[in-house]
Amino acid sequence: MAQVGIVVVSHSRPLAEAAVELARQMLPGSTVPIEVAAGTDDGGLGTDAVAVSAAITAADSGDGVLVLMDLGSAVMSAETALELLDEDVRARVLLSPAPLVEGLVGAAVVAAGGADRDRVAAEALRGLAPKQAHLGG
Amino acid sequence: MTALDTDALGAWVREFARAVTEHRDELTELDSAIGDADHGTNMDRGMTAAVAALDATPPADAAALLKTVAMTMISKVGGTSGPLYGTFFLRMSGAVGDGSPAAFAAAFRAGVEGVVARGKAEPGDKTLLDALLPAADALTEAVGAGQGLDTALRAAADAAAKGRDSVTPLVARKGRASYLGERSAGHVDPGAASAVLLVEAAATTLARS
Repeated sequence: MAQVGIVVVSHSRPLAEAAVELARQMLPGSTVPIEVAAGTDDGGLGTDAVAVSAAITAADSGDGVLVLMDLGSAVMSAETALELLDEDVRARVLLSPAPLVEGLVGAAVVAAGGADRDRVAAEALRGLAPKQAHLGG
Repeated sequence: MTALDTDALGAWVREFARAVTEHRDELTELDSAIGDADHGTNMDRGMTAAVAALDATPPADAAALLKTVAMTMISKVGGTSGPLYGTFFLRMSGAVGDGSPAAFAAAFRAGVEGVVARGKAEPGDKTLLDALLPAADALTEAVGAGQGLDTALRAAADAAAKGRDSVTPLVARKGRASYLGERSAGHVDPGAASAVLLVEAAATTLARS
């Protein structure tokens, strides 16, 4: 059974932590690693590529890591973080274009079930589907 | 041959930090017109931290100095200018060469190419690249023609300022400003404005080294 890690990159620490809380609600008893890299170290809004690379390392148990981001500098900081990682770790990391909240919930659920990284990534990308189906979009 | 050693590059970085602090409010004001009003404060936080990091641990060589600046910028800035300027200094650090003007020009270009790769912007998108690309071209051309570093860096700084001004009438196609569409036209791009400070700082410090 694979143990894929998830990293949440956001401008806002409260936003990231609330998103993780929402996802964890779906995973009682699960130990799926979900790490947060969010906000500046003085508590403001912003992203930090060094913190993102540390979060990826913390979330990585060898089976791969999926990174979910909000917008703007979160994306560029995540890309920069990849440059800071050892090559073997970098090869296991995937940056997901999925919407942050919906993608995280979907990814966390299948990651907790032991899915591999590509399956977790695919589930994140499907994150908008239930809402789109409901609203007829 | 002029030596662009650790002290010279340190002076450049410190002059850039000083200029960013001096122009902090102006950069933020430019960003409040077409962005999220944080460019001046973000750049000031990053460069002030970079100078503090250099003071705390004096770098062993030019590559280490540029890497310290890079890592501080990508960690402390918070906004997109962190990864962009951080990647600039990181790629420069990896291409620092023998300290000759030609090596500096090549390292500067490597840094600018890092910004291209990171931001995926093109000329005319109204970003810092619209100042950095003409500066790299002018620097390479002047150094290649055998001109002195002072003349070459002056040409680079003038090209950066001209590039910044050339995109002021344009509509931004990258970053927060792109959400504004036509409303971004007529405003100076904050990233191009800070990039001019970077090249101007090189012209005022490295030309003397």
